[in-house]
Amino acid sequence: MTDAAAGPRPAVPRGYDADEGVTGPYPPTEEMLAEPIPEEVRQAQEDRLREVWKEPPGWRYLSAVNNSEIGKWYSLTAFGFMLLAGILALVMRAQLAVPDNDLISANRYNQFFTMHGSAMMFLFAVPMFEAISILILPAFLGARDMPFPRLSAYGFWCFVIGGVFVMGSLLFDAAPDAGWFMYPPLSTKQGGIGADIWLLGLSFIEVASIAAAVELIVGVLKCRPPGMRVNLMPLYAWYVLVVGGMILFAFPPLIAGDFLFELERGFDWPFFDPERGGDPLLWQHLFWIFGHPEVYIIFLPSIAIAAMVVPTAAGRPIVGYSWIVLSAVGTGFISFGLWVHHMFTTGLPTISLGFFSAASEAVVIPTGIQLFAFVATLMVGRVTLSLPLLWIAGGLAIFTAGGLTGVMVAIAPFDWQVHDTYFVVAHLHYTLFGGMVLPVIGGVTYFYPFFTKKQMSRRLGLWSFWLTVVGFNITFLPMHLTGLWGMPRRVFTYPGGLGWDWLNLLSTAGSVIVAAGILIFAWDLIRPKGREPLTERNPWGGGTLEWSHDVPEEKWGVRSVPYITSRYPLWDQDKIVERMDAGRYYLPDAEEGHRETLVTSVIDARPLQVLRVTGPAWITMAAAAFTGGAFIFPTFHMYPPAIVSGALAILCVIYWLWTSTAQIPEKSTKDIGLGLSVPTYVSGPRAVGWWGMWITMLGDSTAFASLVFGVFFYWTAGTDFPPADAAHVDWRWSLMAGALGLAAWAAILLARTTNRGGRPLPAAAIAGAGAVAGALAIWAFITALRLPGLNPTSHVYPAMMWALGVWTIAHLGAGIIMLLYCAAALIFGKATPTHDAPMWNVSLYWHFMALTVTVTVLVTAFLPRGL
Amino acid sequence: MCVRRRREWNTKSGAAPHDGGMKIRTVALAGALLALAACEGGPQSALAPAGTDAAQIARIFWVMLIAAAILWIALNGLFAFVTRIHPRPISRRIAETLIIGGGIVLPLILLGTLLTWGLRAMPDQRAPGDGLTVRVGGEQWWWRVEYLPADGGPPVRSANEVRLPAGLRTDIELSAALVIHSFWIPALGGKMDMIPGRVNRMSLAPTEPGTYRGQCAEFCGLSHALMALNAVVLPADEFDAWLSAEAAEADPPDGPGADLFAREGCGGCHAIRGTEWQAQVGPDLTHVGGRTSLAAGILPMTEEALAGWIRNPDAIKPGAEMPGYDHLSPEELTTLARWLMELT
Repeated sequence: MTDAAAGPRPAVPRGYDADEGVTGPYPPTEEMLAEPIPEEVRQAQEDRLREVWKEPPGWRYLSAVNNSEIGKWYSLTAFGFMLLAGILALVMRAQLAVPDNDLISANRYNQFFTMHGSAMMFLFAVPMFEAISILILPAFLGARDMPFPRLSAYGFWCFVIGGVFVMGSLLFDAAPDAGWFMYPPLSTKQGGIGADIWLLGLSFIEVASIAAAVELIVGVLKCRPPGMRVNLMPLYAWYVLVVGGMILFAFPPLIAGDFLFELERGFDWPFFDPERGGDPLLWQHLFWIFGHPEVYIIFLPSIAIAAMVVPTAAGRPIVGYSWIVLSAVGTGFISFGLWVHHMFTTGLPTISLGFFSAASEAVVIPTGIQLFAFVATLMVGRVTLSLPLLWIAGGLAIFTAGGLTGVMVAIAPFDWQVHDTYFVVAHLHYTLFGGMVLPVIGGVTYFYPFFTKKQMSRRLGLWSFWLTVVGFNITFLPMHLTGLWGMPRRVFTYPGGLGWDWLNLLSTAGSVIVAAGILIFAWDLIRPKGREPLTERNPWGGGTLEWSHDVPEEKWGVRSVPYITSRYPLWDQDKIVERMDAGRYYLPDAEEGHRETLVTSVIDARPLQVLRVTGPAWITMAAAAFTGGAFIFPTFHMYPPAIVSGALAILCVIYWLWTSTAQIPEKSTKDIGLGLSVPTYVSGPRAVGWWGMWITMLGDSTAFASLVFGVFFYWTAGTDFPPADAAHVDWRWSLMAGALGLAAWAAILLARTTNRGGRPLPAAAIAGAGAVAGALAIWAFITALRLPGLNPTSHVYPAMMWALGVWTIAHLGAGIIMLLYCAAALIFGKATPTHDAPMWNVSLYWHFMALTVTVTVLVTAFLPRGL
Repeated sequence: MCVRRRREWNTKSGAAPHDGGMKIRTVALAGALLALAACEGGPQSALAPAGTDAAQIARIFWVMLIAAAILWIALNGLFAFVTRIHPRPISRRIAETLIIGGGIVLPLILLGTLLTWGLRAMPDQRAPGDGLTVRVGGEQWWWRVEYLPADGGPPVRSANEVRLPAGLRTDIELSAALVIHSFWIPALGGKMDMIPGRVNRMSLAPTEPGTYRGQCAEFCGLSHALMALNAVVLPADEFDAWLSAEAAEADPPDGPGADLFAREGCGGCHAIRGTEWQAQVGPDLTHVGGRTSLAAGILPMTEEALAGWIRNPDAIKPGAEMPGYDHLSPEELTTLARWLMELT
């Protein structure tokens, strides 16, 4: 049986349910794969694919949404921000070269160190991971694109606008100057707009980061090639999954903190003001619940790059694959239990310091396993010390030094001495330079031929490597001693005679050498290489799918999506590249003229759907610009334009969703090659959109949980929460609001089943009624808060009640828009009884809303009465 | 270890105190590495301990440093060995043993030992004091200081300098007015944050009399870099004598200095006990002339420095709350400074 069409009735393949709509033989047999493809068929397919995937010409190039373009722009922009933040560091080093220097003022220095840290964290390290992943993840997975290309584009434009806004504030001498950690009360009491720029600008970028994380997670879960079960995934994909998950749970507490913070700055709600029951430590907890996982969010992607480079260098599969995966997941989990080690000097009880000391040390174990797995892999293979491996080896040597000082600072009593000193500056730069910058440069060198078909220069690479490594150690090794000799961080100057003079001068000299090394790398990266010969297809002899690519000539990614049976298909699967090129595998064609990629099942990667991904569009840029307005106008207390801008952003997103997502295709199934026929439209848990919503809502609920954590924090940390004579939220109205919210939830569930039952118009009416119930719930919540006269500026208790209320009301508002979207979709035939993806996704949103509403009612109206 | 009583470093352009401060401990095994690291540093160094707390932490550090150096060399040596020196394939079985041994077993043993040993220091570090309590309050950018004597006598108010008795453990109570600061005297012990709305407790047990420099360690705004203080450790009997002197009221001489102080409204912010001036906005000046430094540890206590400070505090400490008195003539400034210097 070579062609399923020859059979009398297509069979449901083994492992599938009949209702999944997949028919034909699966998995493909060797005979099927050996069948040749006629040359003219192949030519015609290639022409069609080329036409579909070509980039818009001229200035319309900027409307591209393809992962290869967005990924390239994204990573170059992040690298640009890194260079800017590096320049800030050089100016700071110049200021500190000699004691009592007055090169720059205290004010400017404080802006510079704040922006150096903030930019390196929010504009370089995290975006760089997401950019590189967007760029190469589809290639690792044999996918043609990410599942939501327009979401990547939206995230990228948000990042550009937010980054330029935040960095631009330096030019107006108005940049944030309270440190990248923004501790209140310093940052809440300070005048000027610096802190607002930080809060709103970076919140905006955090939203973009979460969007990219959702996309990457769904990409790994749902866009793998057939046969690539989770235990066959390239390690990079595992790391993307872990890091994406960490972003999803780490950024929301910070966003919740930003939310409280901006309410305090903008409206004087006293969350962090001890005079009115607030507590500055709540911010520190929320910040470091984000901040510590952040460190691993930055570090793990580089380990992921190393995990791709090392097996290639050794010419052997990685040793201890399962150990590495377990360690990556373990690191992710443990990293959420360490945040207090940034707060060892805040006066917390000794017992909790001991616990967090031990937890902090525990992270050594998964990190150690990963490092030893690399060494072990090199030991079983024959190592060629390529330039990428050199960068990674140098990075790991520096990182292990940073890790060992990390073991030291995790011992609480020792941290009491070195906390907030140059010892910690040295420690963190050792971990971040060794654990991020060097491996990423190694990764860029490694993947450069993959993007460009050119090699980076080995000579320049060696210069760059040695200058960077030597300069780095001259800069940062002495800082350990500077810190032990008592120099605190974040000082714009220091007096002579404390022994710090020559140490600082040495550090400054070293920083210039590092800059030279990085500049040589930057030059090698961008210098024109027009006359150099093209590299061969797989220059390093790698075993993973990305090296099957023939970019940049062809934008389609993979010519056909292969069937995978090995972790290193290029090494283990005979003739795989040849067959992919011939279009022998799945999706070799674009008959209908749409961009398509394959959606598979989460665990075992069975083909489930042909997903039509979106093409170039301006709407994403407009949506990003208006979202930017909604965040940037409030910085200047311009609230009406902010509201208008926010409304326009919502309209853009609705237009974008309506016109390009979950389109009803002209035929329900499609032959994707090798006789396999899969649906073109799926809804519910089989669809990428449903997974996108699920993952987004996990993050959103984490932010909500952080606010609820705030309530319990104030209750346990203070004695006057709630104050003895406090007015409470009206419980009758609150209960009514809860009931109405649950009614809206019931409405979308009922609408979904009614529609499934073949009655879309009554379903639309039910969804509309749900929207009305939601609106009434908002009104009831507001009444419950207003009736008893809760004044949010008087004390942190009413402020916290209002904050929960505002959060829930805003989410009810979004839920109402979604219900109306569903009603409209049913009325205008965008959703039908058989094509009901929007109904599923909105139901899922409302499941989370039901939880949010219930918790809000319990925590605001009932819990405080019992305290 | 030599007893250091230093004031000379405290000038803005003072020479580095390398006179004997850089004592090299020769450790038999790891000469070169430790030679660099064994430098004790200046009067703000955690590696030149002058108290039991700092000494205990320094000991923990040296042990951890030696272990870390050995581990770093071993790990990277192994890496160099397999990539450069002996790149011969070994079996996967040995490789996997390496992952388990190096990644799990070895760290479990080492970290278990380190935690049990290192964390045992915590109760010692936070042990209750022998009677004297010093309250320190963080301001932008200076320190309120108040002594609560062991015998229950009335509190003694001072500012910008802490004096402690050697050989005794003193309780320290830390608070802050507007923003977070951190109290840190490296030669005596670890730091503790000063947080508005909270009172944090720590204790210090200095052993070596001398003058040690401390500095605010939590970023507290524009002039965070210029918020320092001296800790003067005195033999216990000297300390008692000093405290009774500090508790006494000032006896300022009448004359042009006092007139200027009154005319310029200095008493609107500063207190001089024993006079009509009792305001608590700025630092207490009752015995200001007896302190080892000026403007929270950033200037020497000299007439010229004091006159310069009064003339324009903002030029010396950006953002300082104290207004400038540049309308005073140089003679008036000197008169006022000289008068303040007499408040010892």
